[in-house]
Amino acid sequence: MLFPPGLFTLEFMQNAWVAGTAVAIVGGVVGFFVVLRGATFVAHAVPRASFAGAAGAALVGQSSALGLGTFAVLSALGIASISRERRHGVATALILAAALGLGDLFLTIGHVYAPAVFALLFGQIVGISTPDVHAVLIVSAITVVLFAATFRPLLLQTVSPHVAEARGFWTRGLEVWFLLLVSGAAAAMVPVVGALLAFSLMVGPAATGSIIGKSPLKALGWSIVFGVLSLWLSVWLAYLTFWPIGFFVSGFCLLFYAAARLITRP
Amino acid sequence: MAWYQYIWAPGIWGNPAVHTAWTAGTLVALASGAVGVFVVMRGQSFTGHALGDVGTTGAAGAFLAGIGALWGFLAAGAVTGGAVEWLGRRVRERDIATGVVMAFMLGLAALFLYLVSIYTNASNAPMTILFGSLFTVSPSLQPALVALSVAALAILALIYRPLLFSTATPEVARSRGIRVRLVGLAFMLALVIAAEEAALAVGAILSTALLIGPAATAARAARRPATAVLLGAGLAVGNIWLGILLAYDSYWWPPVHTGWPVSFFVTLLSLLMYGVGGLLQRGRRMRALPVPQEGGQ
Repeated sequence: MLFPPGLFTLEFMQNAWVAGTAVAIVGGVVGFFVVLRGATFVAHAVPRASFAGAAGAALVGQSSALGLGTFAVLSALGIASISRERRHGVATALILAAALGLGDLFLTIGHVYAPAVFALLFGQIVGISTPDVHAVLIVSAITVVLFAATFRPLLLQTVSPHVAEARGFWTRGLEVWFLLLVSGAAAAMVPVVGALLAFSLMVGPAATGSIIGKSPLKALGWSIVFGVLSLWLSVWLAYLTFWPIGFFVSGFCLLFYAAARLITRP
Repeated sequence: MAWYQYIWAPGIWGNPAVHTAWTAGTLVALASGAVGVFVVMRGQSFTGHALGDVGTTGAAGAFLAGIGALWGFLAAGAVTGGAVEWLGRRVRERDIATGVVMAFMLGLAALFLYLVSIYTNASNAPMTILFGSLFTVSPSLQPALVALSVAALAILALIYRPLLFSTATPEVARSRGIRVRLVGLAFMLALVIAAEEAALAVGAILSTALLIGPAATAARAARRPATAVLLGAGLAVGNIWLGILLAYDSYWWPPVHTGWPVSFFVTLLSLLMYGVGGLLQRGRRMRALPVPQEGGQ
């Protein structure tokens, strides 16, 4: 049976469809710049580091969303403060390792229950409550609006930083702004879909979009289309099989990317 | 308690777990520190981290198939390393290819861990695999760790000069007849061995900290590449020794007498090392600048 009963009618499935679509759109939008700037490692590190924040929040008895958000922003600022111009690799690796080391400490001292960690890492899209969905929609909307408002300066600074500098843009500030947008996306995505899926949705669809789309706006459009398509197919298959949704989303992302690479080979 | 016991907590020399941790940590640190210098110079931090991370997939897969974890780690590393080399020929593409492939490998890990949780009762498997503790390394792993460290260092020694040349100026190296892609592939093999060995012995988090922290500090401080490689290996070993010592001491620390994890100390030391190295270097550069003459004329 391809469409078992409850796929669209159960409350938690409706929440999964709504939150998942919002998250896929945010991922596709922010991912556009992640891919264009080659900042894949940052997109991996910020959600992963924010996962450590959730562990810390559990230790001091705060809500995990607060911990996630704090660590997402702190790790983005940390990466910005110790990286040299446009070279984030070493800084990202060190900040990520330090955040995960802290997470390990929090988990060891706090005796956090293992399945809770597993959910934060690999996502638990069918366990989203209705207030969670509202929070996700709000953070997603804010991130997308901020992104749209700064689209042109960011694009100019990404494509030709020297021209942007000559035109009087504060390039260093834009660099930090980009990292903050990534942390906003991470804060929206991680509580719902986990650190792994957040990363997957920020890189895969945008990488496919950047191969297919010939202009920036087309690439952005394709990025959103592939993100939403991957997520919808995955929610459906996860409901059919009960397998973790992260496996399906990352699988579709790789499939679309590999297909695009093969088709457009010169 | 005598004052020195706050530093050398009682029993540290006689404890078999510390002894194993010390040997395994040293072996891993030597390989990671040396290979890491080239990882930093070639801008492959992300690949290095990804290789450690996908060890999770290998470990979960091996657990599911009932074979030794070592083979799982090496297989996952080889598959990822191969896919990244194949998909990412150009530097800009490389990180994106690494990202997409790594995301899929982690997705696979999610599936394997889910299946593990269904078919077995090992609910804590994800934690052990992700955060693995140095103090729980099995002594039976030692021969394998020796062999892997020796293999990684031997590959590095064998391709040292062409690797250095093709890292610094790939175009010139190519025009001088060096097969840059082959050298890159051989280096990828050394990196896979070093990263997977570290992920197996000390967990995926520590593998990144040991691979990047000491090496980046050394690459910034040393003037010659050979010095940087030696310094990187030395700093990595020092880092893990200090980490083990602090973790052992922390048994007496609040809030609970369970000890703080080694990973925490090593990652923190790694970040501190890089920061202090940067400050020292800035100080040296300031002194090297010509002092402006006041008054003049």
